[in-house]
Amino acid sequence: NAGVIKFNDRHNLVFKVETHNSPSALDPYGGALTGIVGVNRDPFGTGLGAKLIFNTDVFCFASPYHKKKLPPRILHPRRIYEGVREGVEHGGNKSGIPTVNGSIVFDERYLGKPLVYCGTAGIMPARLNGRPTHIKEIKPGDVVIMTGGRIGKDGIHGATFSSEELHEGSPVTAVQIGDPITQKKMTDFLLKARDRGLYRALTDNGAGGLSSSIGEMATYSGGCEIDLSRAPLKYAGLQPWEILVSEAQERMSLAVDPKKVHKFLELARRMGVEATVLGKFTKSGKFHVRYGEKTVAYLEMAFLHDGVPQMKLQARWKAPKYPEPRFSPPARLDRSLIRMLSRLNICSKESVVRQYDHEVQGGSVVKPLVGAQNDGPSDAGIVRPVLDSMEGVVVAHGICPRLSDLDAYHMTACAIDEAVRNAIAVGVDPDHLAGLDNFCWCDPVKSPKTPDGDYKLAQLVRSNMAIYDYTTAYGVPCISGKDSMKNDYSIGRTKISVPPTLLFSVIGKIPDVRKAVTMDAKRPQDLVYMLGETRDELGGSEWFAQNNAVGNKVPQVDAKKAIKLYRALNKAIEAGLVASCHDCSDGGLAVALAETAFAGGLGLNVDLKDVPYRGKKRDDYILFSETASRFVVTIHPKDRAQFEKVMAGTVAREIGFVTADALLQVSGLSGKTVIREKIGRLKAAWQKPLNF
Amino acid sequence: MANRVQAIILTGNGTNCEMEMAHACKLAGADRYDIVHISELLFGEKRLSDYNFLNLPGGFLDGDDLGSAKAGANRFLHASIAGADEMLIEELLKFIGAGGLILGVCNGFQLMVKLGLLPALGGNFTRQSATLTFNDSGRFEDRWVYLKADAQSPCVFTKGLNTVYYPVRHGEGKFIPDGKATLAAIERKNLAVFRYCDTDGAITMDYPANPNGSTHAIAGICNESGRLFGLMPHPEAFLHRTNHPRWTRENLPEEGQGLAIFKNAVAFIRSGDF
Repeated sequence: NAGVIKFNDRHNLVFKVETHNSPSALDPYGGALTGIVGVNRDPFGTGLGAKLIFNTDVFCFASPYHKKKLPPRILHPRRIYEGVREGVEHGGNKSGIPTVNGSIVFDERYLGKPLVYCGTAGIMPARLNGRPTHIKEIKPGDVVIMTGGRIGKDGIHGATFSSEELHEGSPVTAVQIGDPITQKKMTDFLLKARDRGLYRALTDNGAGGLSSSIGEMATYSGGCEIDLSRAPLKYAGLQPWEILVSEAQERMSLAVDPKKVHKFLELARRMGVEATVLGKFTKSGKFHVRYGEKTVAYLEMAFLHDGVPQMKLQARWKAPKYPEPRFSPPARLDRSLIRMLSRLNICSKESVVRQYDHEVQGGSVVKPLVGAQNDGPSDAGIVRPVLDSMEGVVVAHGICPRLSDLDAYHMTACAIDEAVRNAIAVGVDPDHLAGLDNFCWCDPVKSPKTPDGDYKLAQLVRSNMAIYDYTTAYGVPCISGKDSMKNDYSIGRTKISVPPTLLFSVIGKIPDVRKAVTMDAKRPQDLVYMLGETRDELGGSEWFAQNNAVGNKVPQVDAKKAIKLYRALNKAIEAGLVASCHDCSDGGLAVALAETAFAGGLGLNVDLKDVPYRGKKRDDYILFSETASRFVVTIHPKDRAQFEKVMAGTVAREIGFVTADALLQVSGLSGKTVIREKIGRLKAAWQKPLNF
Repeated sequence: MANRVQAIILTGNGTNCEMEMAHACKLAGADRYDIVHISELLFGEKRLSDYNFLNLPGGFLDGDDLGSAKAGANRFLHASIAGADEMLIEELLKFIGAGGLILGVCNGFQLMVKLGLLPALGGNFTRQSATLTFNDSGRFEDRWVYLKADAQSPCVFTKGLNTVYYPVRHGEGKFIPDGKATLAAIERKNLAVFRYCDTDGAITMDYPANPNGSTHAIAGICNESGRLFGLMPHPEAFLHRTNHPRWTRENLPEEGQGLAIFKNAVAFIRSGDF
């Protein structure tokens, strides 16, 4: 259901990220709401069940300012944006789970299908009643119980339609509509039942409904026999097959020791939660389903789980080539920076963030918005899941779909690096970090409809190669993940395919949250350092996009150098030497400097001649390159010697200082000023575009 | 001998701040801090009369689908206790009659107002005389706000407080009394315990310092005895300095400002005044 890592000797952490793209295209509110309450049940259904401690959401949309005519059945991106936002708001807030991290990515190709990634982490005691909690165990004779909501026709074919492109006949009724309160009541009940040892195992009802949940659980005992006529329905008239595959929400399936069934059902009754015995687990080797006395399904377990033949597909990789951009460097970059800060992928997402409760459960440490006026963009979230302890959980993510236009290998490497460096920026322990990979691809199977399927498959192969290369290099295991392979729209002659998009999420630990660092400049006279070398890697960058180009030189991650830098930076943070730390991502150094300055309500004075740089000598390239593995750091002047000592052997160069005059000043390679702008104006430009 | 402080944190049907509220009671020195599901009261497994400090945490009772806490209030008014010849509301009124303290935060405050526990002018605890409704912004928002305490208020929870900084996290926090008379009485009797203010401590109607457009910037009220208190902002969300949104840039004491509310409650119960 979800991946599990150790938090400390007493607790384990559980984390899962899912996507809910197709439903959100047809019914943005319902689709997204179910996305979040659905993924909640994954950590909840892991092992003996985890208490949920935070959500994280990443959305990919077309521009809400889209003006062109919409193809049939496509909702306007603004409507998708608002619906998804509200669905996740209701799903997250009403469940009492803080939303602590996320982002919104824009690209015109998400017009056909938006991507809605929803993630949830949980915490569980390492052992309960003498048993390790992360292991499931079911014995033949255990009773099958379904609890929570009732079964209706909602969500029938949910999994099948999500596995197709969006077409003429895509059924809106396949979208499940979740109810967070029914689920909250159920989870309150089940946590109590868990602690009293009233059940042996549980799993959630998501895609495929009972067929999947009980089908999976039955592998532990070696079979099952259930009676669908016992299942509680929302209304009469469902066929047995509909009951079996309905994806009606907020339901868990459980295996209960026959001796404990009575106690389990009584607790459910008292807490106002429906729970129904459907049958029992067996060792017959059969998935046996009856409706009353009549057998309606009788399948070999082996066929059910291993019966699908492995596909064999051809992949063909050919590196794409784009015209080299020819625009000349602007003499002054003030206005360029303002335009960059107003780009949808860079601008503030505050209006969305504010509508999510990011501090329920009382353990909030690094919020999504930080700085002098609580409005700067933090790099990662930190919460304390155990209020008696100062140990914290760090969550961050990386996503760089534009780079897929050049090479999905480097897109993936950059996403992994971005996730890790965001977590490093706030102070995560680099040795206590795990990852999740979520693929959202366009159809990679070659067919008349998809003549370039072999290329898209090659992108997928290259992406997986990068996951292997970089997770092993960083020592960040992939503990869970998920893929969604048909993010295409195809009606009539219009086909829209999403750019291959990998979301890499990380979860980690910070041993003492009081050591955490935020991205806002803290004090005038602090020194500004650039960590990591900048190269003229502007292929797929926001700066090139601003100039209507793609370019060719994709950012490449040097894992060895990066991890060395991250370890040194972590030591500096642990030693309390870092006042602020912000990662350089979309919009590069210039955007990181601007954000550091206006989040802190302070100015910066920076000299580009001091920036460690390799490549074509252009101020705009140094400022806007999106080379990976870089940070802007500020430190107190008294810590200079100590900081440089800790950072020895890495690229760490002093490039300027913090000022009280609220101006961002950058002098270029020629020694002339290239940017001199009030931070108030920079911030206003950054805040305006999505301040709905 | 000082009284024992027996705190109950009531949960179920959509509450979600019970853990941090119990933690606040613990840090404040309560002798007991039991998280109790409402079904335990309804089935007689736990009794309100065993406690003297009732905490009503934030959340979304029944999803707030009929307006915030409305369905939850009706449950309180009309549910009976299994095996006992008593309604839940009667047990609650007995608890109040015995001098117990009640603290409602956010959805808990909404519940108290919809039940009639606040402001409960003239000691009528079951007649609703005010409401909390949709923010002027029309949306749920999570943001930190400054609050000015009324030093003249009879509220036992806010003794010694001046301005404090807590987060609000609600969509329905705009306080509206049922008429001028109620509002006048609330103000005359200093029951408007907390009002939204700006960074200088000046009471304000300006968004976002006043996050919801509440009447006369009222953020929290108490009853005439000062033992029943409800507020929209979340004191239990600021128990440690690392909860503060600017803790990495300001020098703050280790203890968060929210704990004072709970410490005052504990001190009051232990005192001779209780």
